This record gives sequence, structure tokens and C-alpha cells, in this order.
Amino acid sequence: MSSINLTVNLGQLQLKNPLVAASGCFGYGTEYSDVVDLSTLGAIAVKGLFLQERPGHVPPRIVETPSGMLNAIGLQGIGVRRFIDERLPALRKHRAVVIVNICGTTVDEYAELARILSDAPGVAALELNISCPNIKEGGITFGCDLRGAHDVVSAVRRATSLPVIPKLTPNVTDVASFARAAEEAGADAVSLVNTFLAMAIDVETRRPRLSNVFGGLSGPAIRPIAVRMVYECRQAVRIPIMGMGGIMTAEDVVEFLVAGADAVQVGTANFVDPFVWPKLLDGLTGYLERHGHGAVRDIVGTVAVPGAAQRISS
Amino acid sequence: MPADVDALVLSNDRLSEAYNVVGLAAPSIAAAAQPGQFVMVREDRPGAPLLRRPFSIFEILRDDQGRPTGISLLNKRVGVVTGALYAREPGGRLQCLGPLGRPFSVGTPPAEAWMVAGGVGLAPFATLAEALREQRTPATLYYGGRSASDLFHVDWFERRDIRVVLATEDGSRGEAGLITGPLERHLALLPAAAPLMIHACGPTGMMRAVAQLAQASGRATEVSLEPVMGCGLGGCYSCVVPVRSGPATPSQLVRSCLQGPVFPGHQVAWNELAPAV
Repeated sequence: MSSINLTVNLGQLQLKNPLVAASGCFGYGTEYSDVVDLSTLGAIAVKGLFLQERPGHVPPRIVETPSGMLNAIGLQGIGVRRFIDERLPALRKHRAVVIVNICGTTVDEYAELARILSDAPGVAALELNISCPNIKEGGITFGCDLRGAHDVVSAVRRATSLPVIPKLTPNVTDVASFARAAEEAGADAVSLVNTFLAMAIDVETRRPRLSNVFGGLSGPAIRPIAVRMVYECRQAVRIPIMGMGGIMTAEDVVEFLVAGADAVQVGTANFVDPFVWPKLLDGLTGYLERHGHGAVRDIVGTVAVPGAAQRISS
Repeated sequence: MPADVDALVLSNDRLSEAYNVVGLAAPSIAAAAQPGQFVMVREDRPGAPLLRRPFSIFEILRDDQGRPTGISLLNKRVGVVTGALYAREPGGRLQCLGPLGRPFSVGTPPAEAWMVAGGVGLAPFATLAEALREQRTPATLYYGGRSASDLFHVDWFERRDIRVVLATEDGSRGEAGLITGPLERHLALLPAAAPLMIHACGPTGMMRAVAQLAQASGRATEVSLEPVMGCGLGGCYSCVVPVRSGPATPSQLVRSCLQGPVFPGHQVAWNELAPAV
């Protein structure tokens, strides 16, 4: 048994380790209970939920691209009530730490979802999806507008005592300003980044490869951009950050932590290797041992950037 | 519970310029596999495609004592991944996650089982044929392709006492035309009281025609759909297909990796199935 302290704090929420399953890439968690011991994950951010059930987009919904993939699922989902009745009990039985990702078309819907979930036993935190690039209404319309982001976060803040974690989109000019808006509105932490709005075309048919035309790019292709954005947000806010974008290996986990993330989310890697979790945890522990660190938090934000102070203040 | 096996490539039989059969050492998958199940496959090498691709389990490989040692995949070279699988030499490795998905039902006598395969849609029927034979269920394979060079393993099925009916579009082997031709005639000849299950896998148009022919004569079908799939475990929601729980109910998009890939033919909303499927 390693003596390394793997726990991390996201505001009032303490996780046993910094590895969190990313929303939209792990179903409702229960789908993976055969292949992953759900209690060993820091947390599971379940698939985004609206108040109502949603059918999602017609296929094709995904396409592989160089070192990544586009998806336009369209937030198909069972709605918050069915989630509470049908999925939450099983997640509790598996001793999973559950972060519920919520999405609304209005500020009131976010607040309503927050109220409903506050009364449901077994919810550890709320992640606010203000960043899905694949639906027209709601979601990203809040995430691309500083005022909108602020309004959603403060409305949810007022509606719940659960930790509130807005998930930010990279499809803005300055993601750090959105992290600041979230912090000012009372967010406990921020998670970033959601996928990059993208497009792929079949040149033989000259048609888009996705029924939705656009999709969100994820996977290793986006990792360096995501790392840069986590680094920028670390300079801009004091609240904890959950970093994500193309993490496949333990080295990638460390890169995000060193850039300034307190915890990380792992998405696309689940599709490639559902058995990735123990490998990431072992690799992270090995890294900390090798570098003489006793705790994950010792490496958070430790990237050494020459002249960084001037650059941030300028 | 599926396993992820770093499987040694045991063999690669290139059947034609397009088709091959890859043998993989994967005892745990072979032991657990049921007819019609699939595996998610990827090559673990730099530059290989990121996502796994679904393949039906073709044969269960066994040692001299009959113990399951591996599986084979029937592959048709059409894209990057299938091209790499065609080129794969014995001695290499493939990551293989499975077995996955809802299998075919295996009928018992006095019921008969008819398997309808189009092209590479033959893949899930070797395991079904062996399971039917174990039950002593009388079985027929209806197998169609563009030409004789698209038809393989016919003698494999015949050796297992499967009656084989062939059709090619160019008439170079079996009956000239689509495989639904002889299927329709034989359906008309079968006494209404004789119990029958029809299983189909192949191009969407063929499966749809089979499902409709069967429904018109009051016969049950199971179709094995092959949509684009991201993870195989229900995590990504990319492999959805439209199904109806009743004839008058609206269709719902359900994950074919969990609720399929085998579906009752009458439940599939064929008009809404994406052309890519």
C-alpha cells in the first residue's frame, strides 16, 4: 500500500483521488460497473441530464478524426426523474461518488434541476453543462456569454447547497474570463474543457459526416489546447479546477495537474480502453513516488514558466 | 463480463482480394462467446486509429480436446481499419474487447432456423450454426453475394449439416438474383403450423426485405444490425438505432451495443434507419 495521499479537494467536496469520469463518456456509470470498480474512481460525472427525456440526434453521431473524434449525440437522456429512480440507487450501491451534469434551456431549468437533485440522496456535486456544442437551445448559449454564465451559476448557487461546478467551453476567445465569471457567481470549482466545435466532410459524397453537421472534437488532438486553457484559468481564479481534454495516460494526468488542475476528467479514453482507470492511478502514484511527492496536491500548478509573473500581470 | 485481450494473431487466411479471416488467441472471449456477439478491436501501435471497431465473432477456435482457444473474424476490406486487418500478419497482436452484445436466440426442435446472410453478413452465423447443431435444430443458410467470388465457407456450413441455398446477383453461383428470391418461395411452401425463426445479417436493404417477407407470412425474425459504434459498452450513445416496442408506438433510439446488435426484425423502424447503417 502506497503512502501517497491521493485525495483532492474541490471546495467542500473531497475526492479519494483526482480521476473523474467525464460526462458523456461514461453513460450513467452503471453501464461500466462490470468492467470498472466504480468506487475506485474519484468521481463519476454522469451523462448530461435535462428535466425531460431527450431523444438526441439521428445517427451518424460520431466520426473518428486524426488523434480524436467528433461527436454530436445531442444529449440523448432519460431525464432527471428517471435518473434518480433508475440509476442513482445502483450508483450508490456501487459506492460511486456521483457528480450530476445538468443542462437546461433556461436559467430557471438549471435551478429547478439543482433543487430536484439536492433532495436526491447520493449526489455529491452538480456540474453545470453550459458548454455542449451540439444543441441549439440552452447549454452553450450560456457558456459563450459572460453574463449568461454568471446568471446560471448564481441561480444554481441560490438553489442548492451542493458543490456547483460549471463546465466551460473552449469555444470562446478567453476562457479565463468565464472561469472568473463563474468564481464571482459563487462556483465551488470549474471544469474545462468541453469539446471543440468542429466539422468533418466526406469528400466523395461532399456531405457532412455527422447528421448534425457540426460536432465536438475530443481526444488527444485537443490536449495541448486544453492544457493551455487550464494553465490560463489557474492564473485567473482561486477556485479548484477539473481539467480535461484528451487524457489517455498517467503522463497526461500529470500534465494537467502540473498545469494547474486540482483534479482531471477522463473521457474519450474510456472508449479506447475501459480498463484505463487502474493504469492511470498506478501511473500517477508511480510518478509522485519517483519525484518524491507525498501528495497529489504537491504537484498542482507547479509548472515552471520563465517570466510567467510578468506575462500574467501584463 | 467482457475481457480486454491483447490477442496474438494466429492466422490470416486471405480468401480473396477483399475478404480474409483472422484467427486470434483469446481463450476467455472464446469460452464466453454466444452466437451473434461481437468484439471491439483496435491495433495498439502509434498512428493506429484511436477508436475500436466492432466485429462479429466468426468462428470459435478450439484445441484437439475441443477447448476454446480463440476466435476468428471475417473481414471485408473497405476502409482504414478493415484494410489494416486484411494486412495483419500472424505474430502481431490485436486488442480485443468482448464478448459484447445481445446474442441470437438458439431455437430447439421441432422449430427450424433459417439464417439469411448477405456478403460479410455471414460473420455471425458460424457460431449460430454450431449452437443450432448442438440443439439438433434443423438449419438452413441462405447466402447471397454479388458473384461467386463473394461467397466463402459454404463447405464449412455443409459439413455441419446446414442446408445451404446460394444466390448471386450475376448468377455465377447458385440462383441468379437476390437471396430473398428463394427465401420468399420457401416461406410460401412451409406449412403455417411449422415453427420457424429467421435470422438475418447483411446489407440494410436485405435485412429489411427479410423482416418484411417474414412478417407478411407471420414469421419471427432476428436481425443483426451493424451501426457505427464508439465504445461497445453503452458509454457513448453513438450506435443508436430506431426501434418500436409495438406497431403503433413511436420509435426510440436505443443503443445497439447493449440492446443489440441482434433485434427482433419487426421492432426495427426501417424507414428511420440511417443509410450508413
